[in-house]
Formats: sequence, structure tokens, C-alpha cells
Amino acid sequence: MAGLHELTIHETRGALLRKEASVTEVVTAYLERIEELDKSLNSYLTVLADQALEQARAYDSGTLPLQDKPLGGVPLALKDVLCTQGVRTTCGSRILENFIPPFDATAVARLKENGAILLGKTNMDEFAMGSSNENSAYGPVRNPWDMERVPGGSSGGSAAAVAADLCAGALGTDTGGSIRQPASFCGVVGMKPTYGRVSRYGLVAFASSLDQIGPITKDVRDAALLLQVVAGHDPRDSTCLEQPVGDLQARLDEPIRGMTLGIPKEYFVEGMDPEVARAMEEAFAVFRDLGARLVEISLPHTDYGVAAYYIIAPAEASSNLARYDGVKYGFRKQEARDLLTMYRESRNLGFGAEVKRRIMLGTYSLSAGYYDAYYRKASQVRTLIKQDFIQAFDNCDAIIAPVVPTPAFKIGEKTQDPLQMYLSDVLTLPASLAGIPGISVPCGHTSGGLPVGLQVLGPHFGEAVVLQLAHNFEKNTDHGNKKPSFP
Amino acid sequence: MQFETVIGLEVHAQLLTKTKIFCSCSTEFGAPPNTHTCPVCLGMPGVLPVLNRTVVEYAMKMALATHCRILPRCRFARKNYFYPDLPKGYQISQYELPLGVDGWLEIETEEGTRRIGITRIHMEEDAGKLVHDETQPVSYVDFNRTGVPLIEIVSEPDMRSPEEAAAYLRTLRDILRYLEICDGNMEEGSFRCDANISLRPVGSSEFGTKTELKNMNSFRNVQRALEFEVRRQRALLEKGQAIVQETRLWDAGRGVTVSMRGKEEAHDYRYFPDPDLVPVEIDEAWVEQVRSSLPELPDAKRERFVRQYDLPAYDARVLTASKDLADYFEAAVAAFPQPKTVSNWIMSELMRELKRDEREIEDCPVPPAHLAELLQLMDRNVISGKIAKSVFKEMYETGASAKAIVEAKGLEQVTDEGAIEAVVREVLAENPKEVESFRQGKEKLLGFFVGQVMKKTRGKANPKLVNEMLLKALKG
Repeated sequence: MAGLHELTIHETRGALLRKEASVTEVVTAYLERIEELDKSLNSYLTVLADQALEQARAYDSGTLPLQDKPLGGVPLALKDVLCTQGVRTTCGSRILENFIPPFDATAVARLKENGAILLGKTNMDEFAMGSSNENSAYGPVRNPWDMERVPGGSSGGSAAAVAADLCAGALGTDTGGSIRQPASFCGVVGMKPTYGRVSRYGLVAFASSLDQIGPITKDVRDAALLLQVVAGHDPRDSTCLEQPVGDLQARLDEPIRGMTLGIPKEYFVEGMDPEVARAMEEAFAVFRDLGARLVEISLPHTDYGVAAYYIIAPAEASSNLARYDGVKYGFRKQEARDLLTMYRESRNLGFGAEVKRRIMLGTYSLSAGYYDAYYRKASQVRTLIKQDFIQAFDNCDAIIAPVVPTPAFKIGEKTQDPLQMYLSDVLTLPASLAGIPGISVPCGHTSGGLPVGLQVLGPHFGEAVVLQLAHNFEKNTDHGNKKPSFP
Repeated sequence: MQFETVIGLEVHAQLLTKTKIFCSCSTEFGAPPNTHTCPVCLGMPGVLPVLNRTVVEYAMKMALATHCRILPRCRFARKNYFYPDLPKGYQISQYELPLGVDGWLEIETEEGTRRIGITRIHMEEDAGKLVHDETQPVSYVDFNRTGVPLIEIVSEPDMRSPEEAAAYLRTLRDILRYLEICDGNMEEGSFRCDANISLRPVGSSEFGTKTELKNMNSFRNVQRALEFEVRRQRALLEKGQAIVQETRLWDAGRGVTVSMRGKEEAHDYRYFPDPDLVPVEIDEAWVEQVRSSLPELPDAKRERFVRQYDLPAYDARVLTASKDLADYFEAAVAAFPQPKTVSNWIMSELMRELKRDEREIEDCPVPPAHLAELLQLMDRNVISGKIAKSVFKEMYETGASAKAIVEAKGLEQVTDEGAIEAVVREVLAENPKEVESFRQGKEKLLGFFVGQVMKKTRGKANPKLVNEMLLKALKG
């Protein structure tokens, strides 16, 4: 049998229910691994060792029932942008260094209700703004496949922790690719659900109209399992959908023969790494072998995705982050001589460079005289991008494409060039703008051993078909079984 | 040169919902600081607003009562600015798509009825309150008021004098109180007013440069501030100087407006649709449901009072000025069905006392049933009209009923003919000269005899009987 830390969520559940391992053993395995490896990886910002062990003992002694809760005894990690009652939630920012929420995010509460054990809070780009995890106030996370490289972002800590077996699974958040891109870089499964599928209550907002919580897991079945638990209507979030979620695991093993998969020609961009292109070709062949029909489709407004996203997301962020003013909670510059100085100094010292850059971008584009040219125009472009997808899904059941044009890049490689960094999201942004579900599933490795991810996109509410395709692909390949040699 | 005054008002009315607009905290006024708060109204990281539907209904009531068109789809927008009483760094308000537009209401002026246009009515959340410590350089924030629902009612620049502005404000407040959606208390801040005012040459169709006036916390102050501003602007214009577009604060103590900030320092609020809230869809059925729940409004009630109670238009207008006063009148009439008598008593005796005490009708110590009882006693000749007035004063001061006062003080009219006859005989006997003069034709001496009888009975003798019996004795 593999080490306990290597088990997926559903395997862990099996082992626990068959009494092959105790919950304490599982939790201890992860805690020891975190202790041993995370000093170099830096994927956790807070480890809840005592709390997790206490909960494990309660399961093992029978105080807590293990049986009927789908996540009973399973140790999970949470991106540190999700509010946890009584546990500090930093958002990777200095400004929230000591912020302890008095409430749980709805997704967190649902994990707890379903028996999960919270191992800790994972590192991330500050306020989820970034594609490399280099924007954390608490230092960069390293990619378990190559410690010189980034794990992707902004959910880099969650992706790295799952890839390095420092938890059984994790939650991340995706605003423009922040689950799918790090999942691709770290060789794990990461899914962004339809916008409104999972309540955002307690998810500290970056860009409210784009933010979604989703699972980062060791396999597709786990993604379905975790999403099932956290998804569904929440009266605390007006943008959370009332549509029933349905059984997300029911179709996982159904064959995909006869399905039509669209390949968007615009996603094979200039500058795509040839090894990524090769991995794509191999992935397409797998789908053909499974009986799917592959057709070329066009998403004509793809090119405008980056521009629209970098207007809309910073605009919302500039407003969402206004509450960090030093008045109520979080960092305050002491002994400022007046109110304005307190605001300026608290925010200047509390926020990192990328966050400040985006606040400025967003403030500018919402300003009088610029609103129509920027925010309104970008919102219109967003509608066109959404229509691109809706039309495309008239002719196909799902879309398959690369997640990122390249494998993980080196730490420091793009920090001096924000635009290059923004372009690493070029293939994930459109689905975010359109609000459709998407998943990243491992589809190969470069000659240098870096993982490559395949993106499956489905229509609104099409989580089940996305999971079905990803699972069929995963079952018929072995890319997901490889582990980083780390260490 | 003759100038015309142009005034438009922006009114904020706090709605009387039990809970706040985006969370379930209480809206109760006067609780200890920061006790009516939760993560949502404190703007903590990660929280989301959820719209209180009652706020929409209340706002719809006002929009319908002021003849606004209700948009089938309105939405909330963020108004971004930094201030310590604004925990999110933005206020959730409405901008491009407000709840209602293009309404009007009518005001009574000396020149007759004038129609004032209403540009828009929108919903928004209130901010918190700063509490400054006078003894040290510290300010505290009380977030109890944060998230209390407001509607903002923006008028067209249709008012032509400070008096009209005051009349518009009163009418607006009457409607809000009729609808029972706002208590209209300017001093406590549940009804607030900012004014835009400019002057232009009479006959000009273009607007002059306006100033915005703030910090006027009573009807009186609104009018005084506007009057001051008319004088200030006129003086500048007459000297050929330009008006500076700016926001000015009313200083009630000094009776002047002072510059607060100029156009350049005006905030850029960077409005954009709030992505945390979905648009509010209002279908015809909902509008009709709210419309059918509207109470009788001041205009309709005034017409009904004329029709149903046969009151003069003046009485009807006075009595319907507030819903509470109209209710008071109707309750009294129900117990004493002589509307004009009731109206006279309310408009003279009752309102005189209230005015002197600066009391509202709802705080009146004489309930309508007590007034009706007093009028009955008068009607049944138990007391005279003159006695009734003094009894009323005592009722107002003590809260006691008319009967109790009349009984305790033995104020019943003497209607016993034997008793009155005895006094009449006494008076005639004491004044033989006057009796003689009367009998010789000096009949206006009757008043003298009545006075003497009333004096001896301490005013309690029924005046009608006294008259009858005197005439009988003198002429018989």
C-alpha cells in the first residue's frame, strides 16, 4: 500500500472505513510531511496541528462518527483567502497579517459539516492577484516538481501542497485562472465551477463578478466529491445560483463515445511551448480513441480577454480593497498625524506592489470621463466573449484546450514584466469572464519533467460533463499518477 | 436686475424597516454604540450583502405615491469614497438604474397649487456615525446606523423660493409619514435635506451657477439657509461677480453659509454596478400589489374630508396636514358626529395648546374620546361653551376626562328652573331702577340682568334658560 499521504480523498475514506488506518495516523502523516518539507516549499501560511490532531482523536475514539459524512476524517487545506472562524486569514497580505475572522466561509462551514479536518491555510498571491505566487507577503511558494520554478498562482500554495502530498485535497479560488493554472503547473486536478455554483460568502473578494471557489485534488473523482460538498445555493450570497447541483459523481464513469469536443483555434497561440503543443496532440488522440468527435471551433473574441479582464478585475478590486483602511481591523500605521496620512501609510505599507498596481489600474478605469471607454467597454467585450462560448456549445458538448501555453516558469523570470505575467492567463481568462466551468487535468510532462495540464471547458452548469470527460481522460492515461521526485 | 431663484432638493429619508438593508441587524435608534452590528454591516473581509425586500417595497410605496415610473429592472451601484464611518470604503447606492423616475407632487403656495417634479427615487444604505472625544485627539465610530435603509428623493429644479422649498419638504414628509415608511424627524436625522440653489435673470431659461447647501437640520433652517443664500448670491451678481460652484455648510448659530469644498475638491465617486448584488426585477404584479397596499394619501384625504364631513377646504387642508391629526379628527367625529364643531375645536383650542408646547398631535394628552365627551357635555347643555374652554385647558394639563373635571369642580350648568327663578327674583329685587328703565323700553338692559344672574350662579346657569326666565319676569 502507498503511504497514507499519497492517498486521494476517496482512497483515504476507504482506508479509514476499512480501519486500515486511524484518522490520527492520516493526520500525523501529513503533519510530519509538512514539518519535514514545507520549510522549503512554503505552501502553508498557518498549520492547525493541534486542532487537527484533536479532531482526529475525536474520530478515532468514536466521539465523532466517521461513517455517514462524506469527508469524515479527511485532512484538507484551504487557500488563505477563505475565512475561518478563529483562525487567522491573511489573504497573503501584510495588511491582514493578524486578521481573525469571527465566522466561517460557507464553503468552509460545509467542509466542516461534512466531516473534513482542516490541516491549515495555504499560501497565495496577495489577495489572489498573481499567476506565480511570487506576490505573497509571506514569500514565494516553490513548485514541487522543480524548486527553482513557480507553482503558478494565485492558488499556488494549495496546488503545491496537493502535488507534494501535504494534504489530501484543497480548496482554491479562481478569478482568471487561479485554480486551473497552478493545477496545470503542479500536475494536479483543479476545477473552477460555473460562476455562482459555490457561495462566495467568506471568500475575501478580489473581483466579485469573477471569483469562484473550487477544488484542487489528486484526481478527478476527488474534485467531484469536494465540489459536491461545497456547491449549492446559499442565501448569504445573492449571486449564488438556485439551480440544483445534481450528483456530480454519477456520470464520471460513463463513456464519452459520440460526444463532440470543440478545439478552439484561437487557443493555439503564438509562443506556445512545442512540448505543450505535443502534449495537446496526444491528449486529443486519447479522446479520439475513446470515441469522441473532435471539431475545430472558433471563439473569435479570445484576443480581447486579457484586456477586458485587466479592466474589470482591477476595477472591482479597487473598490473591494477600499475597506482595508486601517480603521477597523488589519494593519494600521500608528501615530499618523491625520486621517489622510493614516489611510495612505496603512495602505502603502500594508499592500504589496502588484496589489497597489491593480488598485491604481482599477481606480483609473472607473474614474469620471474614463468609465465609458474602459469599464463599460470591457463589460461589453465580456458579453461578446460569453456569447462566443454559448454559440460554440451549440456545436459541441465541451471544449478541450491547453490551460497555459507553457509549463511552469522560473521564479523571478517574469516579475519585472507584469504584462508577460498577465499573458500566462490568456487561455484561462475567457472562461472566467464567461462564467463557465473548467478543469485542469494532467496530460503529460515536458522533457524536463514539468507537468502539463489539459483544460476541459463546459457550458454553464455543465460541471458533470466536464468531470466526466476529465475522468475518462484520466482513467485512460497515467499522467496523474506521476509524483514529483521531491524529495 | 430682477433675479429668479431656482432650487432643487435632495432628500434622504430613513426607512422604518425592522432590519437593515443588507443584513438582519436591528435598525433601532439609540442603542449603545456598535451593538447593532454584524460582519456584514461592519464590512469585514469576505462578507456579502443580501437585499432586504421590505426596503424595496417601502421605496416602491414612495415612488408610487409621488407618481414615479418604477423601472422594471433597477440595480445597485457602489459609490466609492474613503471615510471612517463607511466601513467598506464604498456606499451601496443606485446610480444608472434607480428604482423610480419622473414623478411629481403638488405643493400649496400663496399663489395656489404648484407641481414639483421628482427626478428619481433610489435606495441606498446609511453610513455610521463619528463620535469625537472633546478631551483628547480621538474619534470613535458607531456603526449602528451603518446599513440602515435610506431612500434618496431628488427633485427637479422646480422650486422658485425658499418658501416653496419648505412647502415641498413638508409635503414630502407628510407623504412619508402617511405611508408609515419614515418618521420624518429632521432633528434626529431620519429625514435630511441638501439643497441646490442658483439665481438667474427673470425670463432667462438657462440655469445660473449653483451652490449645494448642507447641514440644515430643521425645516426652519432649510428655509433660513436658502434665504441667506439668495441674498448672498444676489449681492454677488449685482456687483457683477461670479458665483463659485461649491458645497456650502449652513451655520445655524451665525445664520450664514460657509464654503466647505469647491468643484475641484469634489469627490469622484467612481460609481459602477455592485457585482455582489443581482439586479432587482420588479414586475407589474408586484407594483400592483404595492399600489393596492397604499393608504389614502393627503390629497385624497383632503377631498374626502370636504365631501364626507362637509368641511370647508381650509379646514380639510389643516386637518389632513398629518395623518395623525386626520386620524385624531376622525376618531373624535366617530364619537361626536358634528364634524364642523370638532374641526373648530381641534383647529383652535387643541392646536393652540400643541403649538405653545411644540408638541405633535401624537403626544397630545387629550385623546379624541375625551374631546368628544367634552363636546357632548356642551351639546347636552351640561356645561356652557365658555366653561367647556376652561375645562379643555384643564384636560390638556392633567389628562383627566371632561366628566371627571366637571363633576369634581361642580361645573354642571344649573338647569333647574326653580333655582334659576329664585336668583332672577333676587336680581330684580336688588335692581329696581334698572327694572323700571327696562320696562320703559330700555331693552338692552337685558344683558346687564343676564350678567348679574350669571355672576350669582358663578357662570353655571344655563344661559338660554336665564334669558327666557328674565324676559318672562320683566315683561310678565
